[in-house]
Amino acid sequence: MTTEKTLSLRDRQVDQATSRLSLAYLFVAFSAFGIAALAGMLQAMVRGGLITLPGGINYYQILTAHGVLLGLVFTTFFIIGFLFSGMARTTGGSLPVAARSLGWSGWSLMVAGTLMGTVTILQNDASVLYTFYAPMKASPLFYIGMALVVVGSWVAGWGIFAAYRRWRRDHQGSTSPLFAFMAVATMLLWQIATLGVAIEVLFQLIPWSLGWVPEVNVLLSRTLFWYFGHPLVYFWLMPAYISWYINIPKIIGGRIFSDSLARLSFVLLILFSIPVGFHHQLMEPGISAGWKLVHVILTLTVVIPSLMTAFSLFAVFETTGRAKGGRGLFGWFGKLPWKDVRFFAPMVGMLMFIPAGTGGIINASNQLNAVVHNTIWVTGHFHLTVGTSVALTFFGIAYWLIPALTGRRLTSTVNRLGILQTVFWTVGMLLMSGAMHYLGLQGAPRRTDYTTYFDHSTALGWMPYQQLMGIGGLFLFLASVLLIGILIYLGFFAPKGFTEYPIGENGDTAEVTPRILERWPLWIGLSAFLIAVAYGYPIYELIQHAPPGSPPIRTW
Amino acid sequence: MHLHRYEKMWLMFGGGALLLFVIILTVNAYAMGNMPPSHMQMIEPSKVDETPPFDKPGLRQIGENEYELVMTSFVFGYAPANVEIPAGATVHFIVTSKDVVHGFQIPGTNVNTMVLPGHISRVTQTFAEPGEYLILCNEYCGAGHHVMATKLIVADEGKE
Repeated sequence: MTTEKTLSLRDRQVDQATSRLSLAYLFVAFSAFGIAALAGMLQAMVRGGLITLPGGINYYQILTAHGVLLGLVFTTFFIIGFLFSGMARTTGGSLPVAARSLGWSGWSLMVAGTLMGTVTILQNDASVLYTFYAPMKASPLFYIGMALVVVGSWVAGWGIFAAYRRWRRDHQGSTSPLFAFMAVATMLLWQIATLGVAIEVLFQLIPWSLGWVPEVNVLLSRTLFWYFGHPLVYFWLMPAYISWYINIPKIIGGRIFSDSLARLSFVLLILFSIPVGFHHQLMEPGISAGWKLVHVILTLTVVIPSLMTAFSLFAVFETTGRAKGGRGLFGWFGKLPWKDVRFFAPMVGMLMFIPAGTGGIINASNQLNAVVHNTIWVTGHFHLTVGTSVALTFFGIAYWLIPALTGRRLTSTVNRLGILQTVFWTVGMLLMSGAMHYLGLQGAPRRTDYTTYFDHSTALGWMPYQQLMGIGGLFLFLASVLLIGILIYLGFFAPKGFTEYPIGENGDTAEVTPRILERWPLWIGLSAFLIAVAYGYPIYELIQHAPPGSPPIRTW
Repeated sequence: MHLHRYEKMWLMFGGGALLLFVIILTVNAYAMGNMPPSHMQMIEPSKVDETPPFDKPGLRQIGENEYELVMTSFVFGYAPANVEIPAGATVHFIVTSKDVVHGFQIPGTNVNTMVLPGHISRVTQTFAEPGEYLILCNEYCGAGHHVMATKLIVADEGKE
């Protein structure tokens, strides 16, 4: 539980300047989360046939808001805020001035972009969902807003790199702190991955939406989007892994299993999470089946670092549980601190990653994808991965990070409420995502307003499960309200005091971390090579042998 | 770098399972011909109605109980609608889009393909069981996306 000793403000583990920066990111993240949670609840209720939207609000408008605000805004702001704080915590308690300035510049650009995007969505000028597939055309301001969010996140990433570079310059010959290494890896993946969507938006969609070019190459734009779209999910996952590798061992009173293996898994994530985008396009014409299979094989390769992560985490759990007196094959499991929300929330997230990851392997399995592609199974899948595993981990982080940064205490009442919040969220997700998985196997489509397809018997048979989705959505909304309430209390009203910023120590001190893991040019080069192999020729073909392009159309 | 003995076993097991999956998928694709729909033919999206075969969409018999069904998709429907075929028929669907990106899915079967403007999608299915099959759009395409559907009526043998 919370360390109850009171320290003065200058004993903080993260200095005030960095805390302010990090809190500014977290504030935007959870504001977006609150709005998006309301939108999500409404969608689930509408799809369940339980309510209809008032005042002619378009279902697809709130669906766009939900996707953009959660998938792009909440995650990116939270991740950058968390990484800046941990970077400072593990490199001497503060950030260099240059890193902080880059952090604030990035924040301003991202906020400006978020506001532009949100306004166009509220005006119903951008009901194109967060994938914004051409040739449906949103307001140019929507695309410009999205571009600003991405560019802002690059600038923030340079802030992380600047802090890392300073530390290495000051500590020549030493291995960097594990958190710093992983933060750099995460932001590096992000820089490489967002190149695809940046090229799509800057060179295809913005000129086309402004009317400067008449037509757009639809398949190329989708391919560039999915070059970005899959590593995007690893960008969500890696900060959760950081917390599992580094914060959790300290919280449960254990040690990090292996510093080098943790680093290796992040290097593998950089290498193998990008050249895999065609597994989102398996059902598309215009891309040859052979190249699709190449991406499918690379997609399955990226399971390996997740298997390594699972092993490391459970090794920590078992050794720690046994050290606390757990006996027998599974006695250690009960010795874990289940009543500490800092452990409980992310642990539930980890356990849910087992079915979530399994579903992902099914989705990526080439022809098997025909059974689930664009069905609501896929929605159920990513509400388990990002919506449960990642989200619960981020909530678990926020419960200690916000009071640690504001100099307040995570009280035992908040701890209990946090556990309740986790239970509500998990029950809601199990109901909603479970119903979605089942409905998807029956062929119910994703991203679709309430419909019976003219009272077709197949669609009518889906209704009880759609109602179940709606009820799950209600639970999730209750959990969201509880979460926002707790975070406001922790940020502004909780008693002043000390909350620990938990950073685990390496358990295997005899082990020397191989220097090669920090030779970034090597990993960037290998990543570029794999990308060139997987995408070079197919993209050349998409440009050389393109059909006539499509003019912009507004269909809502 | 040191790998714990148990971790080696775990990764061998996991990696082996993945390798097995890859082998199954490859055999399924190349030896058994179960490729995801990846037709490469293209079309000018603004001239769909003038370009064969989409100038005459509809059902065409090409063999014993084997048909080609040429369809266009558009906001928010498919043409032709409510096509009827005999039970046991094998249907080669040939579909393109006249405007934005659509989906083409028949719940209860493996028919599931994207329909992109500029590209022609092909997918084949044999309908053994009679009934009214739902064809629906599973890619968001605009305000009427949720009513974009039609039926494929597989007639009972007895009636034919």
